[in-house]
Formats: sequence, structure tokens, C-alpha cells
Amino acid sequence: MFSFCTDPSVLAAPAWFACYLTTGKLMLFYASFGTVLLLLAITAPVALAFGFAGAAAARSRVTPLSWLGKIYIAMVRGVPDIVFFLFFVIALDQGLEYLRHKVKCPEWDEPIRQGSDFIVCAAAKLPLSTSPQAWHEVYGFSLAVLTFSIVFGAFAANVLFGAMRAVPRAQLETAEAYGMTHRQTFWRILVPQMWVYALPGLSNLWMVLIKATPLLFLLGVEDIVYWARELGGAKTARFTDYPHADWRVWYFLALLIFYLAFTRVSEIVLDRIMARLTHGQATAAGEAQRKAAA
Amino acid sequence: MKTLILSTAVLALSAGLAMAQTVRMGTEGAYPPYNFINDAGEIDGFERELGDELCARAELTCEWVTNEWDSIIPNLVSGNYDTIIAGMSINDERDEVIDFTQDYIPPATSSYVALSEDADLSGVIAAQTSTLQSQYISESDATLLEYATADEIIVALKNGEADAVFFDTDYLMPIVEESGGELMFLGETVTLGRGTGMGIRESDGELKDKFDAAITSMKDDGTLNTMLIKWFGEGTDTY
Amino acid sequence: MSCWDTVHAYAFRSIGMGERLLPRSDFTICEQIVLIGSGMIWNVYFGICALVLGFALATGLAVAKNSSNFFLRKAATWFIFVFRGSPLFIQFFFAYFLFLSLKGFSPVFDPFTSAALGALIVLFFNTAAYAGEIFYGALQSVPKGDIEAADAYGLAGLARFRRIVWPTMLRLAWPAYTNEAIFLFHATTLVFFSGFPAWRQQGDALYYANYFADKTFNPFIPYPILAGYFIALTLVIVGLFGLVNKRLNRHLPADRRARVRYRPNLMR
Repeated sequence: MFSFCTDPSVLAAPAWFACYLTTGKLMLFYASFGTVLLLLAITAPVALAFGFAGAAAARSRVTPLSWLGKIYIAMVRGVPDIVFFLFFVIALDQGLEYLRHKVKCPEWDEPIRQGSDFIVCAAAKLPLSTSPQAWHEVYGFSLAVLTFSIVFGAFAANVLFGAMRAVPRAQLETAEAYGMTHRQTFWRILVPQMWVYALPGLSNLWMVLIKATPLLFLLGVEDIVYWARELGGAKTARFTDYPHADWRVWYFLALLIFYLAFTRVSEIVLDRIMARLTHGQATAAGEAQRKAAA
Repeated sequence: MKTLILSTAVLALSAGLAMAQTVRMGTEGAYPPYNFINDAGEIDGFERELGDELCARAELTCEWVTNEWDSIIPNLVSGNYDTIIAGMSINDERDEVIDFTQDYIPPATSSYVALSEDADLSGVIAAQTSTLQSQYISESDATLLEYATADEIIVALKNGEADAVFFDTDYLMPIVEESGGELMFLGETVTLGRGTGMGIRESDGELKDKFDAAITSMKDDGTLNTMLIKWFGEGTDTY
Repeated sequence: MSCWDTVHAYAFRSIGMGERLLPRSDFTICEQIVLIGSGMIWNVYFGICALVLGFALATGLAVAKNSSNFFLRKAATWFIFVFRGSPLFIQFFFAYFLFLSLKGFSPVFDPFTSAALGALIVLFFNTAAYAGEIFYGALQSVPKGDIEAADAYGLAGLARFRRIVWPTMLRLAWPAYTNEAIFLFHATTLVFFSGFPAWRQQGDALYYANYFADKTFNPFIPYPILAGYFIALTLVIVGLFGLVNKRLNRHLPADRRARVRYRPNLMR
């Protein structure tokens, strides 16, 4: 990075650190914070959509659909998320390639499973083996987002399912009395009112999601934990210009501060949103707000 | 019927072409001197240099990717990359699931490293989880202590958690040499596995043949030996 | 080897009884089910011990956070913030590092680097922080009328807390606390996965599932088996906590009883 970095072994500590902290490898570490934030930013709305679909399905009057929704919710309740992460990505990847294979190569006559090999035609590969490495990384990242969304979508489904039940029954009955159909009641009365009941659960879910990101490296994404481990390990002078002892504790300390700060900021923001949402609502908190102002 | 044959032929051809265009090389990136990430953030090490040379000789375009050690074989068989070149010893368990090229490093030795001459080699021995070394210790009289990464076993040794560590000699060598006498090799070295080779899907015979031929040519003209000495030092086994 | 022999050899392998060597080749489904089940002993041990210890500390934390003493309140608030605000994964790393360093000072700390004690302490503090926050929330929603009634009866201090405030706090917190218990059991899978080493290949259910996935190169059998065990464990927890909930609510008319409903407000 800097011109004086050609031989770091002769540098004094401040200059040494200036060089060390700007190596290409450290840049990848900094970038991985962006990866984690990007993942959170994409996963949150996608998981919410999954959750909404799950909750709507669980409420459905069509029995098979409601069973499907309930099974989806119950599955994730029972199983530790780490177990999902350990085999879900490969399953998802193979599933997608299998579907593409069926569409793109209908005349393929070889078996897809040969021993332990999973073979689809070249055109069905995701992404194509000819595409540049960047696409492979985008694909890997998308699979991680999808896996996170499926798992956290189930949590969100549960929160929304509970919130839908918390909307006062009288509201729905009034809607029916006005002659609204089931669908109209759902979209015009239930959905707009449920958010205030869902928000405490959803904000907890957001905190949970933040704290699940150290498991991202299990999904093949080179995240902050991957780089903290890789960079923190003791380095001998033979393979790097910047040898150092075991520094993992400092790298992990940086991660700890990152997570604590992120949690704190989220708490503050979510409290503000909650205050705004409760404003004028006929709930205990809304009542308290009114009294405080008066 | 004719179009069917034609399309399969085109397909086979395009599959062959795709292969000739890019071969994705899967490695771990955390196992110096075999493979590691250098200061610039790129994959480096003996296997990087070897792999690039092999690809040049086999006239293949290669692209490097890293993957966690734990899932490196499942990701190969499900086609996320085409070869494993990650210091992987050839053994029967792995050979059942994937194919290996001929070895490009002679059977690797594993050694004990301890803090003092009188360490008890049948006491507590630290090794990395799911390696040949941890399997070897679990079958011996010693008490096995397993850590997820190789870094951690060295830390455990220095803190007195383990009497000794048992790991790949080539990995331990630079660490012992630069420890300033704190660490030392102890006891006999043990040869595990049948050498290090590239892992390739069983259905990918054509690719395996190409790499086999390239490795043979490097063995014949001595470039492989030069490369081995460059990365593993004068005392290493050569062909 | 028949399946019954396998059960004999490996049912208690995770705590060092039975066959010393793990299966090496020709893995059967039976072996996978038995060994992963054997590993569940560790998950249950961690879960139960941390839950019992954590329950006591959580009550203390909730009272401290609610106290009028500035230092007590700040200490409890920070304890809860640090343990709830950081991933368990990172807490395990720091705990192991800390115990290793302490070991250098005094041999008293020797047992702390083993998972059985060291990891238990982390899980204990972690669940205490989460449960402490739940109890604190419940403590704040104890109806004013209950406390006034207790005063009218001449109850004060510890007696008022033990007989009036605490039971109501538990009743209000119980549905959320049930979920905390479920997630605590799930979190026990992280013990051997990060931070703490496994001795003599004695590990928890995830350790063995990982072992099989690594040896057979097929993740699609051991992990679903593990998932099955956890679903069963979750059902047992829900059942037991449901019984307690019934007892806590037995004085209320049926329509006012709190139902244990699943709200995922707590995980690591």
C-alpha cells in the first residue's frame, strides 16, 4: 500500500502496523464485514416474505395448506439451526441443479447419481463451469441467503402467526358485518393491524439473525469469522512478510465489539420504530404514551 | 433420431469443450506450505505453483477456489469444483468416494512435537479433528485431544493442555524451527497414507488421465523435485 | 455385528464406556443412530445443568436490574447486555482462551479447560443473561394490585418477594422461558463445534454426526438423524414445561391462563 512497505521486518511498530493493516489480505477481512451486512440486508426482507407466506398458509382454511404451514414452523422449532446449515446448502444446490437438468437436458440418459457422484449435464450446472469466479461467489452467497431465509422465515412465520391471532376478533367481525369477503378482511383489516403486535417478536428475530451470522462460514461464505481465524493464527516468517504470534484473541475482540455495537444500534433504532408504531394504538403501550404526553 | 444423436454428440462435445476451458481447482488455503493465503490475499504455496504448472502442461485453464476442509469432498462430488488439490493424503476411505491421480508428494510423514525431551508420548496428544493423524492416535494407547484447526493444537501444546502434538511433519517443521528452541521434534516419525494426490470425481476419468500425464512429465524432467525442495526444504523426500 | 451388539458397544461411548474404537468402515444406519444418540447424553447434561444453575442466577439478575441500587443495576444490565449482545460462538472462544491463561497461574483452574466444566460455565452465564432479561420484563409487569394486597396483609421484604412477587413473575415469564430452554438445548451443539476440544473422541451428538458425515462423505444421513433426536428432545421439554405452566396458572380461571406459545425471542 505505502511506499515504505517493501521490507516490513525493519520497520518500527507504527509503520509496521500501517503496512500490515493495509495488506490485500486485511482488505478482504474488512470487505467481509460488508458481506455480513449485505447478507443481513437481503435476508431480512426475504425471510419476512417467507414468514408471511408461512403464516398465511398456516391460517389457511384449506387443510393441506395449513398443515404445510404448521409443519414448516414446527420443523425449525425442533432442530438447531447449525444442523440445517451443515447440510442444507449442498441439498439446495443439488436440488436446483436437478431441476435445471430436467428442463435443459431431457434427452440425457446417464444416471444422475453415479456412486457418490452427482452429475448433471454441463448446461444445467449452476453457475456454468465456464462462468467467471465472481459468479460462483454470487451464487454461493445467494444460496447462503436462501438458507438463512428459509430458517429464519420459519421463525418469522411463527411471530406473524401469533400477531395475526392477536388482532382483536371484533375487528374481523366488524369487517364481516360490512360484507367483506374472507380475502378482503385478511388484506384490508388483518394485515395492516398485525404489525404492531408482530414488531416485538420481529425485533427479537433481527437480534437473533445478527447473532447467527458467525455460522455463515459453514455455508461456504468467507465471512468475518473465517478471516478472523485465518488472519489471527500464528504466522511464521517463511510464508508472510508480517510474522506474528497467535493473535486470534485480538481479532475476535474486534468481532465482539462489532457485534455489541451492532446490537446496541439495532436496539435504539427498533425502540424508535416501536414508539412510532404504538403512537395512537389502542394497546397498553399506546395508552402509556398518551398519558406521558398529557 | 438423427437429431437426437446429433444433440448428444454436441452435448458431449460441449461438455468436453467446457472442460478444456476451465478447470476449477479446490483447495483449503490454510495449510502452509501446501496452500495458504498470502499477504496479498491470493492463494499461494507449493500446490498453487504445482497446480498452475500442471494446468499449463495439460493445456487447461485453471481457476482457484477455496473451501472448508470439512466439506471439501462433498462439494467435489456435487460438482462445485473439479479437483481437490489440498495436501490430501490418498487413503482407502477417500478412494472409495473419489478418484486420486498418482501422488505428487511422496508419502508424508507425521511427527510428534513437544515442549521438552521427556514428554510422555503415550499421554495426552493433540491432533486436528478428522485427519489421518487423529485417527492414528485414537488407535494408539495415547489419549487423543481433538481441535478443529491446526493452529489450536499448537496453542494447546504451548499452554500445557497436551503433552505433545501429532501432525504433518512438513507443517510442523517451520513452526519448530522458528520457535527458538521452545518446541522440539520427539520420537519416531510415522508414515501415514499413500502419498498426496489430486482428488477427482470418479466419473471424470478423462480429467484424471490428463493430470496423471502431466504429473508423470514433471516427475520425468525433475521439475517436481526442484519444486518439492523449494517449498519443503533440502531434507524432504523426492522422486 | 447385530444392531443389539452395536447398542451394547456404543450406547455410552460418549462418556467413555464400551468399545474404545469408533466404527471405521461399513457404517450401518444402526451405528449412526446409536452413536449420535450416545452423544445426546452431553447435550442433555449441558442443557439441564445450565438451566438449573442459570435459573437461580437469572432471578438474581432480574432483581438486581430492577433494584434501586445504582451499581447493582448497572452491573446486572451490563452482564445481560454482553451475553445477549454477542454470539455464543465468540463467547466460547473467549472462555476457552481465558481458562487456558488462568491455568498458567494456578492448577486450581485445570478442570476449567475441559468442556464438562468450562463450556458449562459459558452456557450457564449465557442462559442466565437471557432468562434474566425475561424475568426482568415479567417483574416489571407484576400487577400493582398484587403488591398492594401483599402490603395490606403485612408481608414485606423477602417474604413478600418469595410468596407474592416471585410466583407471579414466573407465571408471566414462563411461556418465554420455555422457548429459552429449547434454544439452550439447541445451543449445546456448539460446545465441541467451536472452542472446546473433544477428549478420546467423546463428544456430543453433533460431534458424532460430523464424524459420520466426514467418514461417509454423505451428510444426508447423520444430520437428519441428529435433527430427529432434537425434535424428540424439544417435544419432551415442551411437555415438561407445559406441566409446570399448568401448575403456575392453576389458581386462574381457564380463559385467563397463559398458553405456552412459541415466540422465538431468544437464541444465540
